Amino acid sequence: MALAKITSVSGRAVNVPGNDIDTDRIIPARFMKCVTFDGLGEFLFYDVRKDTTTGNDTNHPLNDPRFKGATILLSGANFGCGSSREHAPQAIQKYGFKAVIAENFAEIFFGNSITLGMPLACAKREDIAKIAAAVEKNPATEVVIDVVKQEIRFSGQTVPAQIRDSARDALVNGRWDAIGELLDGVPAVTETAKKLPYLTAAST
Amino acid sequence: MPQSLFEKVWHAHTVKKLANGQTQLLIGTHLIHEVTSPQAFGMLRDLGLQVLMPHRTFATVDHIIPTNELVEPYQDPLAQAMMDEVRKNCAQFGITFFDRASGKQGIVHIVGPEQGITQPGTTIASGDSHPSPHGAFGAIAFGIGTSQVRDVLATQTMALGELKVRRIEVNGKLRPGVYAKDVILHLIRQLGVNGGTGYAYEYAGSTFDGFTMEERMTVCNMSIEGGARVGYVNPDETTFAYLKGRPYSPTGAAWDAAVTGWKSFASDAGCRYDDVVKINAADVAPSVTWGINPGQGITINENVPSPDTATSADDKAGIIEALAYMKLPAGKPIKGTKINVAFLGSCTNGRLSDFQEVAKYVKGRKVAPGVKAIAVPGSQIVALQCEKLGIDKVLAEAGFEWRAAGCSMCLAMNPDKLIGDQLCASSSNRNFKGRQGSTTGRTLLMSPVMVAAAAVTGAVADAREVFAVN
Repeated sequence: MALAKITSVSGRAVNVPGNDIDTDRIIPARFMKCVTFDGLGEFLFYDVRKDTTTGNDTNHPLNDPRFKGATILLSGANFGCGSSREHAPQAIQKYGFKAVIAENFAEIFFGNSITLGMPLACAKREDIAKIAAAVEKNPATEVVIDVVKQEIRFSGQTVPAQIRDSARDALVNGRWDAIGELLDGVPAVTETAKKLPYLTAAST
Repeated sequence: MPQSLFEKVWHAHTVKKLANGQTQLLIGTHLIHEVTSPQAFGMLRDLGLQVLMPHRTFATVDHIIPTNELVEPYQDPLAQAMMDEVRKNCAQFGITFFDRASGKQGIVHIVGPEQGITQPGTTIASGDSHPSPHGAFGAIAFGIGTSQVRDVLATQTMALGELKVRRIEVNGKLRPGVYAKDVILHLIRQLGVNGGTGYAYEYAGSTFDGFTMEERMTVCNMSIEGGARVGYVNPDETTFAYLKGRPYSPTGAAWDAAVTGWKSFASDAGCRYDDVVKINAADVAPSVTWGINPGQGITINENVPSPDTATSADDKAGIIEALAYMKLPAGKPIKGTKINVAFLGSCTNGRLSDFQEVAKYVKGRKVAPGVKAIAVPGSQIVALQCEKLGIDKVLAEAGFEWRAAGCSMCLAMNPDKLIGDQLCASSSNRNFKGRQGSTTGRTLLMSPVMVAAAAVTGAVADAREVFAVN
């Protein structure tokens, strides 16, 4: 399976500030009653984008017409904490985002996102604030996440970004979805399984 | 060189190093349910792949299943569609399915141990956040996303980076009225909701040595709420006694060989840990969360924090956001806060001992007027055990609705939901905004006995006072 080599992502950005934005907030559980991931995008951040009593749009940044079409999401610390639900990165990606920049990410969310070929870049709080300020001033600002150089460029400025080695390697070499490599390893899997009594006992 | 259980299990299950430096790790046991597996089977079909080891995958239904509706088709057509999907997939790929008709259905993390499928020294993966209770057996259990469910189905492996290990030692005896749930709420408050990022947590010390398997499972369950990827306890005689005679446990000579093997996986004396945290059991008190993440907790006699006492700007913003959502007054006692709903259940606290302990105290008492109280056993087997002991009747007489097994109001994917901004005393594991099914619903996490105290008094209470525990 040939996968795209993701060396950089560029586009307009939108800032969704806050720490500990959990996966229930990203995609409320009731929208997980589905047998495919199609259509999850429209429910991204649903409960904070819609007023619970009137059903009208709130002043959430994703409802702000100035940021329509943004492909890079900015946020705070511990983004994606909570559930293992892949529905969360799927909803972000299906909404139209190609990457997320935050101070740091919850572990399982990070892995799930990389598997979808969606880079997650960690940046310092003050640098995220600079990007957010530039975007706020001019929503058309082009933000570039350089996965190879681990830096973010915008409005003539460059700030450092961090993308964990294994994830960076997987993205830039087009092996972010591990399935191909895992399938290649199946003969070795059988060998390893033979050494584990609970697996051999169960298979006889 | 002495090794930790984590290292031993990791190395025994390592298939190979992948090009990006991660490990291809063999997953001995794969537990699936109806919410995160249909898409994975869809991906398998799209790629023309088979399930590599169908006998090592076990399925049940827990998330969407109604707890007060036993006959299919369920009223919610989406729930029925997911039910049909898991049934179809298991039949097509030859996977054991613990359906309701089997009498073994339940929350997947309660079913595994109950069946003896969860064993020491093994690796387990499940497309869910909470496989960590399997760690109570000395298994290394990972919560995974759907693409990884696909990976495990197709290859019985997944790609992972090795974790660091933090040993969390709790020593001494818990004071009366203090439970395993309080231990983990205490730990999360102390170490933070992301304090465990990059770590496996090894729980140890005399408190854990003295814990039952069910208590160990409660603590391991919420490792994930502390940011850790994995939580485990080294296997010991308590573990083996629990497993003996269970449907999937080895028997005869194979049992003895298995126990010898299991013992060998326990962490060696003098092995290296990346971090060590020590807690005194006597310092743990009945705890309750006041905010919108599981780290925002206090002990029952403390006041809800005030933004004025915040330790940092972040802390301050967190307190302001949480109090606005929770509609709780800053700086005032949590005790006495009126509740609307009491929920007993979940993979954290939905086992026999949880209901047994509650029944002991609510016998002869009544749920306060206006409080909706529901008790949801974690599995059909837990339900049966409770019913044999008359626990269901004690709870029903007290005014709890006794329901059928499932995840229920822990994440409210079935019809069990909060309404409006109801405040729920809950024995579950997450208090995120909207978690219990209403976008303005509010959750206070606490131990089952604290839930019972809140249910009978109609307000957050110190169970030790309400039930004269001393």
